[in-house]
Amino acid sequence: MNVTDRMIGQLTSGEREAALVICGVTALAGAALGLVGRHDVVAWHGLLILLFAGGFGFLLMTRIGLPEPTGDRGTSYYDDPIKAGITLAMAWAVFGMFMGVWVAAQLAWPDLAFDGGWSTFGRLRPTHTTGVIFGFGGNALIATSFHVVQRTSRARLAGQISPWFVLLGYNLFCLLAVSGYLLGVTQSKEYAEAEWYADLWLVIVWVTYFILYLRTLARRREPHIYVANWYFMAFIVVVAILHIVNNLALPVSWGHAKSYTIWPGVQDAMVQWWYGHNAVAFFLTAGFLGMLYYYLPVRAERPIFSYRLSILSFWGITFFYMWAGSHHLHYTALPHWVQTLGMTFSVMLLVPSWASAGNALLTLNGAWHRVRDDATLRFMMAAAVFYGISTFEGSFLAIRPVNALSHYTDWTVGHVHAGALGWVALITFGSFYTLVPRLWKRERMYSAALVEVHFWLSIAGTLIYVFAMWNSGIIQGLMWRTYTEDGALAYSFVDSLVAMYPYYIARAFGGLLFLIGAIVGCYNMWMTVRAVPEATRRAADEPVAAAVPGE
Amino acid sequence: MIDLDHQAVVAFSKSWGLFYLMGFFLCVVVYAFWPSNRKRFDHAKISILDRDDKPGKSRPWK
Ligand code: HEM
Repeated sequence: MNVTDRMIGQLTSGEREAALVICGVTALAGAALGLVGRHDVVAWHGLLILLFAGGFGFLLMTRIGLPEPTGDRGTSYYDDPIKAGITLAMAWAVFGMFMGVWVAAQLAWPDLAFDGGWSTFGRLRPTHTTGVIFGFGGNALIATSFHVVQRTSRARLAGQISPWFVLLGYNLFCLLAVSGYLLGVTQSKEYAEAEWYADLWLVIVWVTYFILYLRTLARRREPHIYVANWYFMAFIVVVAILHIVNNLALPVSWGHAKSYTIWPGVQDAMVQWWYGHNAVAFFLTAGFLGMLYYYLPVRAERPIFSYRLSILSFWGITFFYMWAGSHHLHYTALPHWVQTLGMTFSVMLLVPSWASAGNALLTLNGAWHRVRDDATLRFMMAAAVFYGISTFEGSFLAIRPVNALSHYTDWTVGHVHAGALGWVALITFGSFYTLVPRLWKRERMYSAALVEVHFWLSIAGTLIYVFAMWNSGIIQGLMWRTYTEDGALAYSFVDSLVAMYPYYIARAFGGLLFLIGAIVGCYNMWMTVRAVPEATRRAADEPVAAAVPGE
Repeated sequence: MIDLDHQAVVAFSKSWGLFYLMGFFLCVVVYAFWPSNRKRFDHAKISILDRDDKPGKSRPWK
């Protein structure tokens, strides 16, 4: 029996039929989009939807007659979608990071666009950002949230098909987005480039995700909802709100990829950066803090240092972040007081941010020997440190006069990657190395040495990247504001570009190290599943029927 | 109808915006430090460690 057989064999025949209907309806919607839009690039996306949904429909159809699942599924957790989510996350990581190395190399050697239209910097860059943020980060969030909510609630996911719908539907969205950029489809909103039809699809997927999560929490066998779930919930709810408001747009017609946003002028800019900054807050931070608050204590085998502090910082982050977006629009047409508001809240944000980072590090206090010996735990420790660094830097960059120097320069890019590589990716890898052996019921990872290699490649890559960009950003900013004695600009733009050349090469190299690390990680996870013997069952591996200790 | 112009919105958000955030902050602090919540938080803290890997059957607190 292969993996697909086993996964589909978990569904009752009624569920298989329902899933088939969902595939059929989606495929028909794709066909309709393709037909109505046959004179536009949107036809390709109609075809993609048709093939994607049709492909899964075919898998189901050929296995519709498999035997019904036996036994009570409620006595075990639903791990299949989590395993698929981890696999997809790692695949997107390799794709997204490869595209990152490619665009980085293009900045140093522009010939690497090979004179193609699809391969220009402007089209490849969003395939990188979408690939890593939504492909890698999003799949990692979906997978870990499914794991954390089940384990902390001690309840099985509240659905058999809906977890698959969320995971696969989300990946369809990512595919539509990334393939669209190569075809020149974009609504030109950063981190929200996908066009209206993909956005509508994501709304359906995301609402399903929200309902699934709530229903699973409602089934919980624990009196209190563990704090990691609060962060995942905030991630799901706020991303839904942001996505809908920012993407309100009118398509040119039903058969046309292009749409126009309903937000005019400076309101559009404000809505976009309210979205953009809260995407950082709730996509790239809240959900990953959920990972931190679960996998770090579990791996360290120590409870979180202060539970109360985790609650205080949760509400602090949730409420402060909402107001900080305008720091992306300093010195623009946005009213001055709105900029000041964003700046003030950004500085205040440092408090709950450092509370989380500190809480994580204090949890490890007393277990430093384990951090030294265990590269997985060290991934999470380093992630907490980089979280502290990047939020300190963010609060600093948000101060208007500092931003006057940093805005439009590579300093912003350095900050982004201290957060994205150092915090988001490291906490994900740490969580995955904790999760993979448990989920596949293996004794351990295939090779502890390769986890170690991955760790050091990641750290070296991140440091090279971030230091290169800090240097180049500050040089750039200073060159742009240096005047001669008669008040003319001392350097032309091209002068500053030439000065960037060595840093661009260093950045591409740092990124390459990080990519190699991710590939090493993929290999190690693959071999863990293939070659490591199954773990022997623990004595207490039985459902809990009676009272929980401590109640 | 009240005239909801830019000035009015600004005045509203500069005054009430501050109060509701401070009020909210107080509520959160009270919740986090409320003595009878302590047991629940302490339990939650350790509940994620040392567990068998199976869903529970009953709702022990009910
Ligand atoms: C206290 C927390 C943080 C604050 C106050 C903050 C503040 C800022 C500021 C001021 C900018 C530059 C805006 C500009 O000049 O255009 C920025 C950019 C950015 N930050 Fe942060 N940051 C924080 C944490 C993070 C974290 C943890 C990440 C995780 C990845 C992150 C990701 C980004 C990204 C992606 C951008 C680039 C936006 C663009 O495309 O222009 N930030 N942030």
